[in-house]
Amino acid sequence: MKREVPLFITFFVGTLLIASVFIPPAESWGENFSVYFDIIAVFAFFLGGGNLLRIHLQKVASKRPDWGYSIVTLVAFLVMLAAGLFKLGNPGGISGNLTTAQSWFQILFQNIMSPLGSTMYALLAFFVASASYRAFRAKNRDATILLVAAFIILLGRTPFGTMLTSWIPPQYDLLQVPNLAIWIMSGPNLAGQRAIMIGIGLGIVSMSLRILLGIERTYLGDDR
Amino acid sequence: MTEALVVTGTNLGVVISLALIAGGVIWLLVRSLKGKEVERRVIFGFVLIAVSAPILFPITFHEQISPVVKAVFDKIESLPAGSTVAISFDFDPAMAPEVQPMANAFTRHCFAKGHKVVFLSIWATGQSLLTSTLDTVVRREFPEKRERIDWVNLGYKAGNQGVLNVIVSDLRKMYPTDVNAVPLDSIPMLAEVKAFRDLSLILAVGGGFPGPKEWVLYVGDPGNVPIAAGAAAVTAPQLYPYYPRQLIGILGGIKSAAEYESAMVDKYPQFDSVDKPGLRMMGPQTLAHMVIMMFIIIGNIVFFRSKRMRSQL
Repeated sequence: MKREVPLFITFFVGTLLIASVFIPPAESWGENFSVYFDIIAVFAFFLGGGNLLRIHLQKVASKRPDWGYSIVTLVAFLVMLAAGLFKLGNPGGISGNLTTAQSWFQILFQNIMSPLGSTMYALLAFFVASASYRAFRAKNRDATILLVAAFIILLGRTPFGTMLTSWIPPQYDLLQVPNLAIWIMSGPNLAGQRAIMIGIGLGIVSMSLRILLGIERTYLGDDR
Repeated sequence: MTEALVVTGTNLGVVISLALIAGGVIWLLVRSLKGKEVERRVIFGFVLIAVSAPILFPITFHEQISPVVKAVFDKIESLPAGSTVAISFDFDPAMAPEVQPMANAFTRHCFAKGHKVVFLSIWATGQSLLTSTLDTVVRREFPEKRERIDWVNLGYKAGNQGVLNVIVSDLRKMYPTDVNAVPLDSIPMLAEVKAFRDLSLILAVGGGFPGPKEWVLYVGDPGNVPIAAGAAAVTAPQLYPYYPRQLIGILGGIKSAAEYESAMVDKYPQFDSVDKPGLRMMGPQTLAHMVIMMFIIIGNIVFFRSKRMRSQL
């Protein structure tokens, strides 16, 4: 029974959800399951928050390496949680919009979270430049194709691409760098992306069938 | 075609910056020809100059709109005034510099055309960024547009694609109220909108999960609603399989945002004076791309030179 009940629930719910897609009168079943999922997901927030607190409090208590960062994490978590949960500074009170300009949550988000997030992402520019210098080398035929494609895309994403090849007559406009960049995106890139997507799609269908039919049981903690 | 490169700004600063970069690259080229590799911190220094110089001495380019961006612009233009359009802010602060200019431009365009706009987010971080657009674009540039008459803010809802799966056929089941706890049934502009399948267009701005792809899978296809995407440059290639049938157009990266802003100014000259971050950021992006391309060339010179020297030994 320990194994059969979860298997039956999986089969039953999975079959209902498939039916809700293909049978129009059963459409609301899928919607209801999405709402149930949303309700259950709320408990995951508690679980996640609780876990974060437990792990970092343990790290601070035992003064493990880099425990100072855990204090930063805990303070940031608790301050943001209080600002959001009690809507501190919010002119609309507890029922108002959390992100009005005067609320503590929005002030913290705009002045700490936003600049930090943007800065981390912006650092990529430095690593991309360094990686391009080291990786984009015409070592063989495949690497040369990659190098040429990258070069055209990089040039095509700047106004210099337009300027350099604007002299090409309109009947050969495909050879203009911006048009070549568009062709790479909508030709070879498209073909590659489609192949990956179809492969993933087939994989999802086959794995879903294995789960529904009880062949794949690793999600139950059973690796047989 | 050279008019595409209308350079404005502090020319002396631009010239000094370009001379600095060009001089440095020539020095590196000479070093490379002598067989010396370029250190990582030198590359970082060049990128720093390439990115910061156009910020200190702004360079602005006039962008020509590409077909994939024009498709979105034309769709918003072709909708009759008063159509209801949704703009979803599905991104975080890391992605915001690239995609928020698109969201701002879409918002500006929709209001300029007299459309009604439903703002929402399925990313927890999206609601604060949505508020930023409301403050900087809607309330500042369109003070005559009234909340709940011309636009409504539904805010963030947890549940990822589960939210989309419901709102495509029943909006009130997932969003009984707007972000200020006002029941949707009492909002005039949503009287005719029972579900997202009743909308004229959805502009999905984001690039992660859930993002434009999920909007296509859970709303666009089942609800037969036109969807356009605004995405970060790194994720835009993954959206091309959906263009042009399931996505009517794609804005990928800051270049597309700049193209859209240029098209907006061409069509609506009154927006020439508003902040155009897409066009502003094209300067740093252009110089950074040029520097990266130069380093690729230098890297290959070093590679072929060392290969030749090895074969001679």
